[in-house]
Amino acid sequence: MKLTLKVWRQKNSKEKGKIESYDIDKISPDMSFLEMMDVLNEKLTIEGLDPVAFDHDCREGICGSCSMFINGEAHGPDRLVTTCQLHMRKFNDGETIYIEPFRAKTFPVIKDLVVDRSSFDRIQHAGGFISVNTSGNTQDANSIPIEKQKADNAFDAATCIGCGACVATCKNSSAMLFVSAKVSQYALLPQGKIEATDRVLNMVKQMDDEGFGNCTNTGACEVECPKGISLENIARLNREFIKAKIKS
Amino acid sequence: MSKVIESSILRKVSMALSGIFLIIFLLQHFIINISSVFSEATFNQLSHFMGTNFIVQFIAQPILILGVLFHFIMGFVLNFQNRNARVEKYVKYKGSANASWISRNMIITGAVVLSFLGLHFYDFWIPEINHKYIEFLPEDPNRYYTELTHKFEDLIKVILYTISFGFLSLHLLHGFSSSFQSLGVNNKFTSTIKLIGKIYAIGIPFGFCFIAIFHYLNN
Amino acid sequence: MAKLDSKVPKGPISEKWTNHKNNIRLVSPANKRQIDVIVVGTGLAGGSAAATLAELGYNVKSFCFQDSPRRAHSIAAQGGINAAKNYQGDGDSIHRLFYDTVKGGDYRSRESNVHRLAEVSANIIDQCVAQGVPFARDYGGLLDNRSFGGVLVSRTFYAKGQTGQQLLLGAYSAMNRQIARGKIKMFNRHEMMDVVLVDGKARGIITRNLINGKIERHSAHAVVIASGGYGNLFFLSTNAMGSNVSATWKIHKKGAYFANPCFTQIHPTCIPVSGDHQSKLTLMSESLRNDGRIWVPKTKEDAQAIREGKLNPTDLSEDKRDYYLERRYPAFGNLVPRDVASRAAKERCDTGFGVNKTGEAVFLDFAAAIVRYGKEKAHLKGLDEDDIKVVNELGKAAVKSKYGNLFQMYEKIVDENPYETPMMIYPAVHYTMGGTWVDYNLMTTIPGCFAIGEANFSDHGANRLGASALMQGLADGYFVLPYTIGDYLADDIRTGAISTDSKEFEEAENDVKQKIESLLKTKGNKTVDYYHKKLGKIIWNKCGMSRNADDLKQAIEEIKILREDFYANVLVPGSSDSFNEPLAKAIRVSDFLELGELFAKDALERKESCGGHFREEHQSKEGEALRDDENFTFVSAWEYKGNPSDAVLHKEQLNYENIELKTRSYK
Repeated sequence: MKLTLKVWRQKNSKEKGKIESYDIDKISPDMSFLEMMDVLNEKLTIEGLDPVAFDHDCREGICGSCSMFINGEAHGPDRLVTTCQLHMRKFNDGETIYIEPFRAKTFPVIKDLVVDRSSFDRIQHAGGFISVNTSGNTQDANSIPIEKQKADNAFDAATCIGCGACVATCKNSSAMLFVSAKVSQYALLPQGKIEATDRVLNMVKQMDDEGFGNCTNTGACEVECPKGISLENIARLNREFIKAKIKS
Repeated sequence: MSKVIESSILRKVSMALSGIFLIIFLLQHFIINISSVFSEATFNQLSHFMGTNFIVQFIAQPILILGVLFHFIMGFVLNFQNRNARVEKYVKYKGSANASWISRNMIITGAVVLSFLGLHFYDFWIPEINHKYIEFLPEDPNRYYTELTHKFEDLIKVILYTISFGFLSLHLLHGFSSSFQSLGVNNKFTSTIKLIGKIYAIGIPFGFCFIAIFHYLNN
Repeated sequence: MAKLDSKVPKGPISEKWTNHKNNIRLVSPANKRQIDVIVVGTGLAGGSAAATLAELGYNVKSFCFQDSPRRAHSIAAQGGINAAKNYQGDGDSIHRLFYDTVKGGDYRSRESNVHRLAEVSANIIDQCVAQGVPFARDYGGLLDNRSFGGVLVSRTFYAKGQTGQQLLLGAYSAMNRQIARGKIKMFNRHEMMDVVLVDGKARGIITRNLINGKIERHSAHAVVIASGGYGNLFFLSTNAMGSNVSATWKIHKKGAYFANPCFTQIHPTCIPVSGDHQSKLTLMSESLRNDGRIWVPKTKEDAQAIREGKLNPTDLSEDKRDYYLERRYPAFGNLVPRDVASRAAKERCDTGFGVNKTGEAVFLDFAAAIVRYGKEKAHLKGLDEDDIKVVNELGKAAVKSKYGNLFQMYEKIVDENPYETPMMIYPAVHYTMGGTWVDYNLMTTIPGCFAIGEANFSDHGANRLGASALMQGLADGYFVLPYTIGDYLADDIRTGAISTDSKEFEEAENDVKQKIESLLKTKGNKTVDYYHKKLGKIIWNKCGMSRNADDLKQAIEEIKILREDFYANVLVPGSSDSFNEPLAKAIRVSDFLELGELFAKDALERKESCGGHFREEHQSKEGEALRDDENFTFVSAWEYKGNPSDAVLHKEQLNYENIELKTRSYK
């Protein structure tokens, strides 16, 4: 395959960036998108140019590092995949592909396609935990049975990989899907109920302080989420928040 | 206004609540208006009641005006804030790939409805206020139907009216079910809510247009 | 040899850990506040250790090269975590878990450590459930289990195919709580460049900020290395792209012995290599072997026809298929341990029965499972059990609910539907049992420098059973190190803060800067990846699943030459003071180039076949691995002497007092 890549190049967080165009050849349809980027970088390096910086690590869709906005969509045109799992067979020979970083005020660009998502970490610091110390004698794991449906729903919410595709996709750069996934996981489990009020208030406050946009229920996040986290979680977040506000 | 309601979720909840309030108001408005198609007397009776009842005029009406103002101002504030959450825009952004045009453009459909409301105020509300509370003209319980039909004599007005309700329909198509999601309702009833939302969002604006066209043709 | 004291406590095996905990020194809460601990790595071991040490009151500085601790590669573990809970009532016990692990490791692990691991395994599950880790549950609301290779009980707890993710997010949440409290200072996108020794004790590290290239000094009273394994030595592995050996290699060069470097786990069920472009391999959870049957065609003609695409595997009748694991190992069948399954797959493919284009793949078939589950469900629902359509539909749904995410992943990568046509799999490098040598307290041969999780030479011996790495990582981090580190730190309560202005820090920093500058100055003509790929090929071909003395000697020479070539001709673009991934990678690969040689040297020295390490010179008449217990029941611990080839071997003799050494049989 032959491709034209329009890649966002930006030296660092301070300088302005722009789209650069690169032609690339001999791409196999069996390559993953990042392997195609490896080929580009190998070529740029040999030519004495600066290779394109992008975040990646596990390359099997679970670490949440990769963060490319490809042809106008987070993680590209395929569904339920991260960029590293996107394969070149999803593109046509001769196609022009736009590659941009995940964009949001809360995700400042570090270099090229690498962005700073520490705002997500800070939201988790605000309440993404259950306050239980490590000891060899917490109660037995089976002492509180949990309804299978609830356990499964909690798991589904917990599969969020924190990649930020929801924010990148949302026209409002809202992080509600991300926050709701964590809040939901704990809200559905008896262990998480004790701190539920403080957790949702603190996490939402941190989310607002970071400067994420608000949710207008377009549902784009749910479609682009590589783990298929459902909008139901945002509804649950709203419910939990309203409950917490009334309580506190 | 964003200072008053500090949390993002409370802001969207307030949008949902004011939206649902307006949906209920619109339904009431529609029931009165549609009566004009069937019976001049019923329409006059209902309108007279609404126009002269103390509770409606001095309690419900201000609440309604506040509700409308709140919904619009908050809508614009939110839109402004949300736009600011992304400073550098995408070179290529394919919004249609993952969300409907309607859901992404509530601000546009809302703005069109707002401009219609301006016209509606100018056309109906200001003359009413003038009639009742400024010039203190005598109340004729039978004046409403004539005034109504009179308003739909002008073809251009009927067309504008129809277009505006088209946009209102679009606004409601997302807004109805969206407000329930904002309030945290997403469960086994959601598909029913979405269905009712669709029927409402298409039916009510269509009904309003029907009334307008009916009276235009009758003239 | 005096240095290699494993410090295993005396007494009966089941009381060693309890007695040890009762007798080791403690640090009072007031004094803990005066003590700093550095933890490098935020995976299951590092994350859980950092959180627990901070809960106890130590001031923790935690480092990871990723942009968030949540992205450490433990997150990719799929199948599950073992614990001797015996919730299934199938005869499990601490002793049985201990026994299975020692046997699974082919009798090359330290008994006392493994027993401790089995003891604390149950606590891990309790702890994780309390943290809100959503393990799979049955309809009664209780925890569910599945079974894994090499054992006869169901003791594996799981969260679909994402157990590692859920456990890591649990540890990450525990860290978050401490970060919020200010007890953990988190340094993301920081790579450890060297350890700093003051008066022979580990007192700090030098790091490089990966965003701006700044070289920084960090001091502490103890340094904990939890930087994972070195599977990326092979270039192609199931490890993350960033996984590296640098932290453990740096401490090795400063005095920590490196144990059993050649013990690598080759995982049997990975997606086969599709071409030269490939950057990494993807694992398919071992849990698939619960229901999938592994086979190749009985005849080479059929295998060839399948390779050429002339024959569809589903068209091959049962009698023409060779379910070779079920044939060779009737007792364990498809659930033999990983090393056995991997070697058997390689044997079939090497003999010419491979089924993909490259001839390096075998089938993993779910057709039988689909029918079995389908009939069960049909029976339950009162439907016709003989209606193939109904059975297929129900069976596929059942398989989907168990392995849906894995099947989806396979389909995305290979572009074939595994519900319709059998999956193709091949062994790939997955885990490294070797690592830094540690004593019972998890301390390396550098005082004050600890190694936990995959980074140490661990409890797995020559082979690791499925679902035991997560167990070990969390055991070390939550339940072992927090106790044992106190014994060392009890001496440091009056030390006070460690200054970073000493000449030791300055020297270490200068060394790091010099190394970086020299890499950038080389300006050769070959990229870092070129060298990494070449190194990987040497190791895979000559030090992989099957080895012989000649190949290993060749490998040592080839790696030496490659390393010299690297320093003469590598091309590292960019500058040292910016975000520069090729530079970070060059530093990591330079360490791999040294480790690779030691790896081959260790493999050469071990003249026996144990675990997945098949020495061609040492096999039984039936071609099974032949261990040499008389001469090789020891841990090889290598001391650095300036060059990998000069490394000196120290032996820690392994004493089996509770388990009798036997030839492993899974027949």
